[in-house]
Amino acid sequence: MVDVPYDTIAGVPPAEVAEVELYHPKSWWTRYVFSQDAKVIAVQYSITAMAIGMVALVLSWLMRLQLGFPGTFSFIDANQYLQFITMHGMIMVIYLLTALFLGGFGNYLIPLMVGARDMVFPYVNMLSYWVYLLAVLVLVSTFFVPGGPTGAGWTLYPPQAILSGTPGQDWGIILMLASLILFIIGFTMGGLNYVVTVLQARTRGMTLMRMPLTVWGIFTATVMALLAFPALFVASVMLLLDRLLGTSFFMPTLVEMGELTKYGGGSPILFQHLFWFFGHPEVYIVALPAFGIISDLISTHARKNIFGYRMMVWAIVAIGALSFVVWAHHMYVSGMNPYFGFFFATTTLIIAIPTAIKVYNWVLTLWRGDIHLTIPMLFALAFIITFVNGGLTGLFLGNVVVDVPLSDTMFVVAHFHMVMGIAPIMAVFGGIYHWYPKVTGRMLNEALGRFHFWVTFLGAYAVFFPMHYLGLLGMPRRYHDIGETAFIPASAHDLNAFMSVAALIVGFAQLVFIFNLIWSLFKGKEAGGNPWGAASLEWQTPETPPGHGNWGKELPIVYRWAYDYSVPGAARDFVPQNEPPAKLSPQGAHP
Amino acid sequence: MSAVILFMAGIAAIAGWWLSQQRLTAKPWLEEGVIFDLREESGSSSQAAKIGLGVFLAVVGSLFALFISAYSMRMNMVDWRTLPVPALLWFNTGVLVLSSVALQWAYMAARRGDMDSVSVGLCTGGACAVTFLVGQLLAWRQLNAAGYFVASNPANSFFYLITAVHGLHLMGGLVALGRTIAKVWRGAEVAKVRASVELCAIYWHFLLLVWLVLLGLLTGWTDNFVDICRQLLS
Repeated sequence: MVDVPYDTIAGVPPAEVAEVELYHPKSWWTRYVFSQDAKVIAVQYSITAMAIGMVALVLSWLMRLQLGFPGTFSFIDANQYLQFITMHGMIMVIYLLTALFLGGFGNYLIPLMVGARDMVFPYVNMLSYWVYLLAVLVLVSTFFVPGGPTGAGWTLYPPQAILSGTPGQDWGIILMLASLILFIIGFTMGGLNYVVTVLQARTRGMTLMRMPLTVWGIFTATVMALLAFPALFVASVMLLLDRLLGTSFFMPTLVEMGELTKYGGGSPILFQHLFWFFGHPEVYIVALPAFGIISDLISTHARKNIFGYRMMVWAIVAIGALSFVVWAHHMYVSGMNPYFGFFFATTTLIIAIPTAIKVYNWVLTLWRGDIHLTIPMLFALAFIITFVNGGLTGLFLGNVVVDVPLSDTMFVVAHFHMVMGIAPIMAVFGGIYHWYPKVTGRMLNEALGRFHFWVTFLGAYAVFFPMHYLGLLGMPRRYHDIGETAFIPASAHDLNAFMSVAALIVGFAQLVFIFNLIWSLFKGKEAGGNPWGAASLEWQTPETPPGHGNWGKELPIVYRWAYDYSVPGAARDFVPQNEPPAKLSPQGAHP
Repeated sequence: MSAVILFMAGIAAIAGWWLSQQRLTAKPWLEEGVIFDLREESGSSSQAAKIGLGVFLAVVGSLFALFISAYSMRMNMVDWRTLPVPALLWFNTGVLVLSSVALQWAYMAARRGDMDSVSVGLCTGGACAVTFLVGQLLAWRQLNAAGYFVASNPANSFFYLITAVHGLHLMGGLVALGRTIAKVWRGAEVAKVRASVELCAIYWHFLLLVWLVLLGLLTGWTDNFVDICRQLLS
C-alpha cells in the first residue's frame, strides 16, 4: 500500500444531508409515474425499451418467415418486407439498445455506483423519459398511418427514402424523422444528467480511477452520444425539409415516373457523411456500456480483481475518441477518393488494438479465477465469444478490397448482428440477471434463466453463423425473394429455412425471459442486499431495493476500488468499497 | 466534414486536458484509504449547473459545426447561388451584441449584489434579444419578398434553416432568462440570482459567438478559410 493519508480520516465528516435536499414525492403519481427518482426512471426506460424491442422481435420473425419460406406467406409482400427490416433495425439500434443501456442501466447504476443520492438534475431526467416515450409512440404510430412505416432501410438513405417507390413515403418517413428528432432531444436531456452526475456527484473518496468500469463505459458512451447524435439530428431535419418543403439538401436532379422532380443538385453523399458520423460512434455507444458491464460481471463472478484496470479505462477512452474518425468505412462503395478509403481503413483497424486489449484483459481476469458459472457469468462469457467473432469479421469488412465484394451481402448482416446485436444483448441479459436482485429484492428464477441462456446463445449462433456463409456465396441483403439464381445453390435455401426455425425458437425463449421477469417479481427467492458478494458500491445500500436518496442519512465514504475480490488475509472473499482499511476500523467514521 | 472534425479536435483537446488532471495513471489496486480529488471542495449545485451548461454548449456547438460542415460541402455543388445578405442583419448583429453586453453587465452587478442594476440589465438583454428575433423575422420577409424562397436554391434553404436553428436556441435562452427575471422580482437571495445570471450570460455569449461565425459563413467572408480547410483535408 502506497502513500495513503490515513491520518486525514479524522478530518472527514460524514456527508450528511439536510432533510430538505432530498427529493420527496408527494403522491402516488409523482412516486411511480411522474417520478424524478433516477431508479424509477430507469425502470420506466427499461420497460418501454423492452416493450418496443418485442415489436422489433416480432418483425424479425416475419422477415425470417419470408426469407426461410419465400412465397409461403402471402401476407408479406415486398413492400412490407422492406418496412419490417427498416423498423426492426431502427428500433433495435436506437429505441432498444441505446435507450436501455444509457436510459435504463445508466439511470439505475450511475447514482448508486458513484455514491450519489440521485442524478444532479432530476426534473430534466424525468422530462428525458417522457420525451423518449413520446418518440416511441410516434414511431409506433407509423404502423397505423396510411401507407405504413417507411421502408427505406434503417439508414434512410436519400433519394430513395423520400421517393414514391419506397413504402411509407406519405407519412412513414415524416413520422420516422420526427420520432428521431424527439429521441435525440430526450436523450440529450438524459445525457447531460449522466455526464454531470459522474463529474460532480461522486461521493467522497470516489476518484475517477475508483469508479467501476460500468460507470466508465456508460460515461464515455454518453459523451460520445451527446456529440454524435447532433449529426443524426442535422441529417433528419434536412431530410425532413427535403420531404416537406421541397428543398434540395440531399436530393439530386432526378426523374420519377417519367417526370422531372422538383428537386435538383443535392448530394446524397452528404447525407451519408452526416448519418455515419453519427452511425459509427453509435456502434460504440452500444458497445462501451456493454464492455463496462461485462468487466464488472466477470470480476464479480470469477471472484478476482479485473486485470489491467488502468488499461481498461484507457482503452475505453481511446475507443471513444477513435470512433469519431472511422465513419466513412461505411461508405467504401459510395464512391470516394482512394486515399480516403486508405485513411479510414487504417483508423478502423487501429480500433482493433484497444478492443483487443479489453478482450485479453477479460480472458486474463478469468485465468485461474474462481469462476462461478452463474447466469450473469454465462452471458458474460457468451458476450466475449460473440464479440470476438463479430470483431474478426469486422477486420474483413474494414479492408476496402475485402469490403467491396462483400458489401450489401448477408455477410455484412451477420457481422453487425454478431457485433452489435447479439453481443450487446448478451450484456443486457447478463446485466439484468446480475442487477435484478438489487432492483426488486428478489432473484430471477435459476432454471428458467439457464434455459433462456442456452436457447438464446445457441439459437443466435444457429441463425447468424450460417449467415456468414450465405454472404460469402453472394446472397444479397434486403432482398424480399432471392428467386432462382445461378450462383446460389438449393442447399442455401435449406439453410435459410433452418435459420428461420432457429430464429423463431430464439424469439420464443425471450418470452420465457419476460415471464421470468414478471414471475420472479412476486415469487422469486428473496435476494438480500448483496447476493453475489460484490464489492462495488451499489450492493452496499442500507435498503434493498434502495430507497429514496439511496443512502439513508449519510453518504458512503469510499476507501478502495471496486474490485477487491479474494484479497489475501481479508475476512471475506470481497471487500466492499466503503469498508475502511483494516488499520482504521476501530475508530472508523463509517461502517 | 472539416468543420466538425476541427470542432471535435477542440473538444478532444479539452477532454484530454481535463483527463490529464485526473490521475489516470493511478494504481487504484494499491491505494487503499481516503483520497480526495480537487472536485470535492467545489461540489456545490451551482457548480453542477455550470458544468451542465458547459456540456450542453458542447452539444450545441457540435450541432452548429455539423450544419457548417454540411453548408461547406453543399456550397461546392454547381447549383449554388449565394443570396444577397439583407442589410438588416448588420442591425440585428449589433442588437445581439448589445444583448450580450447587457447580460454581462447584469452579471457584474449581481456579483456586487446590486439587484436593481441586475434587473435593468436582464430586462435590457431580454428586450434586445427579442428585437434580434423580430429583426431576423423581418429579414426573412425581405428575402421572401425579393423572391428568395426556401426551396428555390440550397443557399436560401441553408440561410433559412441555420438562422431558424440559431433563433430557436435563443428562444430557449429567453425562457431561462424569463425565469431568472422572475426570480429577481420575487426577491430571491443574491447567491442564487448570481448563479442564474451567470448561466444566462455564458449562454448569450456563446450564441453571439455562434452567430458571428454563422454570419461570416452566410456573408461569404469565411469562404477563403473554408477553402483552406477543405484543401487541408482533401
